[in-house]
Amino acid sequence: MSALAIEAHDLGRRFGHRWSLARVDLEVPAGQRVLVVGANGSGKTTLVRTLSTLWAPSRGTLRIFGLDPVEQRFKVRQTLALLSHQPGLYEDLSGTENLALTLRMQGIKDLSEIPGLLETVGLDPRPEPVRTYSAGMRKRLAFARLLAQKPRLALIDEPYGQLDPAGFELVDGLLDHLRDRGVTTVVASHLVGRAALRADVALLLEEGQVRWRGPATAITRAWKVLHGTES
Amino acid sequence: MNPMPPALSLPAQVAAVVRKDILVEWRGRARALGVAIYALVLLLLLSFAIGPDTATLRAHAEGYIWLTVLTASTLLLAQSFTNEVEGGALEALLLLPTHPVALYYGKALANLVILVGLSLATVAFGAVLCDLQLVEAPGWLVLVLALGCGGLAAPGTLYSGLTVRTSSQQLMLPLLMFPLVVPSLLAAVKATDLCLTGDPMGQMSSWLGVLVAFNAVYWSLCGLLFIKVVDE
Repeated sequence: MSALAIEAHDLGRRFGHRWSLARVDLEVPAGQRVLVVGANGSGKTTLVRTLSTLWAPSRGTLRIFGLDPVEQRFKVRQTLALLSHQPGLYEDLSGTENLALTLRMQGIKDLSEIPGLLETVGLDPRPEPVRTYSAGMRKRLAFARLLAQKPRLALIDEPYGQLDPAGFELVDGLLDHLRDRGVTTVVASHLVGRAALRADVALLLEEGQVRWRGPATAITRAWKVLHGTES
Repeated sequence: MNPMPPALSLPAQVAAVVRKDILVEWRGRARALGVAIYALVLLLLLSFAIGPDTATLRAHAEGYIWLTVLTASTLLLAQSFTNEVEGGALEALLLLPTHPVALYYGKALANLVILVGLSLATVAFGAVLCDLQLVEAPGWLVLVLALGCGGLAAPGTLYSGLTVRTSSQQLMLPLLMFPLVVPSLLAAVKATDLCLTGDPMGQMSSWLGVLVAFNAVYWSLCGLLFIKVVDE
């Protein structure tokens, strides 16, 4: 198994004639935490979804733990979990039933870990369907599903979105939890200062291209230099 | 570092998707109930249009039953993937990971179960309206209904997945599905007629053979084609 979690060379993704992602080179060692920042439409979500195998690259090469995400898509998907803008939950099922589906699809018949997962994200095992949850509760449940998948690579698009201040602290704790387990994380966020505290390296995207890369601690300064404003 | 978990077998994934879909339908049973009421009202209207002549009603009952099941099936099948795209659940399910083939067969089997339930309710109501004798060949009738519904569920699930992101799914689904299911539907109508009125010429095995053959083609081809639908 490759020591690199992500290996991308000249990676690009096109929609029609427009390149949403272009000429991205990326090498992420296993266990590293990457922060992806950029303005709206800069290509953050495109990068995350391309890494997740949901969108095939239009050009370039991509390897996830040494596996080809197009030819070996199913194997790659066994290694990763995605938390995207949409919660990806079944609205008519309860939180417990959504997590039970996640565990069953991984061949886990013992569902005893579900109450613990819900408690980790600050939810009760209530029987009401997800349809009755607030946006923040859905986000928490989606985080619980990510934890239930026990990924080696966690792709997280806007982890702080839709959450209250207590939720921000919860996400910080969950990101630390993933770090402690050696999970490679790619986090795309607009809360640059906060997310940078829980990242090793950072990428700044602009019009689909990497404009700056370096240690996460320097991202707020890089943002200010490039954009002339505070992040 | 977490080791790569073993992949769940394809039949186990199919079973998990069937279980999930039946549970989702049960939780949102108001939708299915609405479709069932639509079917019964349609059957009632057809019987009123023909009039109180029970001999005429009985003579064409198989046509009314399958016309009702066909039109109601498009409503049921159209909503099959609506639950999946709502909130990005389909993407999340595929990333668990779920094999597209397992997703297709799981959803198609769940749709088959629901359609068989709908067709049984339609036949029971049709029996009252058209004065049908169901006791002569109930086993054969259930088999014919299952095969007929199989001929709707397999292509219907494929086209439901294909059209779910289109703005006019309620129009596109029947447009695509109806031409494909006509041969199977004709066989189902004829076999149902034999179940209801008797089979003095021993034609049942021929029509059942046609139904089985079309089911085999639909269920194998649609499963393969669905991989392309998910990729797109």
